[in-house]
Amino acid sequence: MSPVALLRTEWRKLVTTRLWWVLALVMLVYLGFTAVVLAASFALATAETAPDLAPADQTLLVLGSLGTAGYVFPLLVGTLLVTSEARHGTFTATFLAEPRRWRVLVAKLAVAVPVGLVLGVAGTLGVSLGLPVLAVLGDGAAVGDPAVVRALVLGVVVTTLWCVLGVALGSVVTNQVAAVVGVLVFTQFVEPVARIALGTVDGAARVASFLPGAAADAVTGASLLGAMTAGSGGPDLLPGWAGALVLLAYGVVLVTVGARTTFRRDVL
Amino acid sequence: MTPAPPPDAPVLEAVGLTKDFGAVRAVDDLSFAVAPGRVTGFLGPNGAGKTTTLRMLLGLVRPSAGRGLVGGRPYGEHPAPARLVGVCLDAGALHPGRTALGHLRVAAAPLGLPETRVREVLALVGLEAVARRRVGGFSLGMKQRLGLAVALLADPAVLVLDEPANGLDPEGIVWLRSLLRSLAGQGRTVLVSSHVLREVEHTVDDVVVVASGRLVVAEPLVDLARRAEPATLVLAPDAAGLAALARSHGWTTAPDPATGGVVLAGAEAAGVGAAAHAAGLELHRLEPRGSDLESVFLRLTQPGPDPGESPDPGQSAAEGVAR
Repeated sequence: MSPVALLRTEWRKLVTTRLWWVLALVMLVYLGFTAVVLAASFALATAETAPDLAPADQTLLVLGSLGTAGYVFPLLVGTLLVTSEARHGTFTATFLAEPRRWRVLVAKLAVAVPVGLVLGVAGTLGVSLGLPVLAVLGDGAAVGDPAVVRALVLGVVVTTLWCVLGVALGSVVTNQVAAVVGVLVFTQFVEPVARIALGTVDGAARVASFLPGAAADAVTGASLLGAMTAGSGGPDLLPGWAGALVLLAYGVVLVTVGARTTFRRDVL
Repeated sequence: MTPAPPPDAPVLEAVGLTKDFGAVRAVDDLSFAVAPGRVTGFLGPNGAGKTTTLRMLLGLVRPSAGRGLVGGRPYGEHPAPARLVGVCLDAGALHPGRTALGHLRVAAAPLGLPETRVREVLALVGLEAVARRRVGGFSLGMKQRLGLAVALLADPAVLVLDEPANGLDPEGIVWLRSLLRSLAGQGRTVLVSSHVLREVEHTVDDVVVVASGRLVVAEPLVDLARRAEPATLVLAPDAAGLAALARSHGWTTAPDPATGGVVLAGAEAAGVGAAAHAAGLELHRLEPRGSDLESVFLRLTQPGPDPGESPDPGQSAAEGVAR
């Protein structure tokens, strides 16, 4: 199959199901809610209840909830690109159409890019709902600030990276229920706890910065968790480029494993 | 359908195919060829290794030994194998959230086929009316039709269908039969698996029978029919006299609870009538019960005879064909 036909096939698999736009919509609403609550807490906070943050920092943190709270969505959609084939037995048809199976994996990774971009835009729209709250109730939304603009763009980029990483993860954990539960538990519990816990231990802080969520925060440079732990002398984030490299490394390791297991074994 | 028959449709070939799953040998040194221009039935009881064999022929399962070939080459070594071989292995392997149309569009994408072809095959299998319904709500019969539509999309020279009659209503089975016959009539290679011979006995030209992963017979259906053993149902008031008659002629007897009579295996009705007449035995019923294809099939695919018994004719025949 030609590369174009491969990509068209993978794209069609996604757009002929409802899941991707349902998750994009949920992502938008969920992030909108998170951003509004966060913005309101900044706007209504007094000097005694919260650290005094500049308007630009407040804006960055509100928009940063795309990375902090939103990355579970592209990660899930990415894993589902692989796990739904395993679940519904459609790997048979997929590998009959393209017996060189590694090309299917590459096509799925590639298709995750436009999908991630769409989710990134949906998530950005969501977190932007916090801006009017800052502007009206608080100290103003610093939308013109170059750092804020940069964070917006990088938020979309990192959402895309998460979607690609999701495909890589799905190629290793093909059981859909296990993948979804694993993603939720890791992103919502294991990693946040690990980052805070490691941040309090001398010498371990550096380790925490290599966790996937922390690496992604390094790319955007805006993180609620980063701000919280930084306040308690927590871990510094990696430089942005290093964060991207760390994410890439996770992806390469997962894809290597997936190509040697899921994409090699017998399809029964 | 595009009317042009494919010139020189390739032969499907299993060459010493063997597959071990751990300690279990699912397929054991299986060799057979599926000729173009004919419908070949791939038959065997559940668990005989049919599906594993089909998957090895199509490069989905890696054989422990041997090779599966399409036109002399492994499936995966053809430049566009999906255009050459149309396949439906599991009609239930669908994303339930897709519509019938969406499912076919996904299948058409790698083949580079246009929307018009998608509509054509939908019409061909009679699913036009439900084109926009999600397949999760389809009956097994509808899923079979959809699977067949996918297999026919590229108008392939080779067709491989696993249990295609499963879930079809009688009308659907008749329809499938005429479709497969006409495809073979156009010169295509058609391989259809089933665990029920009766389902395909009016469809297939050749049979490949497997049991416990081994080849039992591979021959034209007419030859299989010749393996049928004659039998006759008899009702006689003098049970002892009938038993003595059967003993003297070497016929084995089995009670037939439905009629209260006795079935004499290995006996033609005429022979029984003549013998009874000669012995002065009164008969109330005399019916040919020639073992049908189904019982030949059952006899061939049953596990080997108990040690000590005389060798089963089917088994010895199998040795002859398989070696």
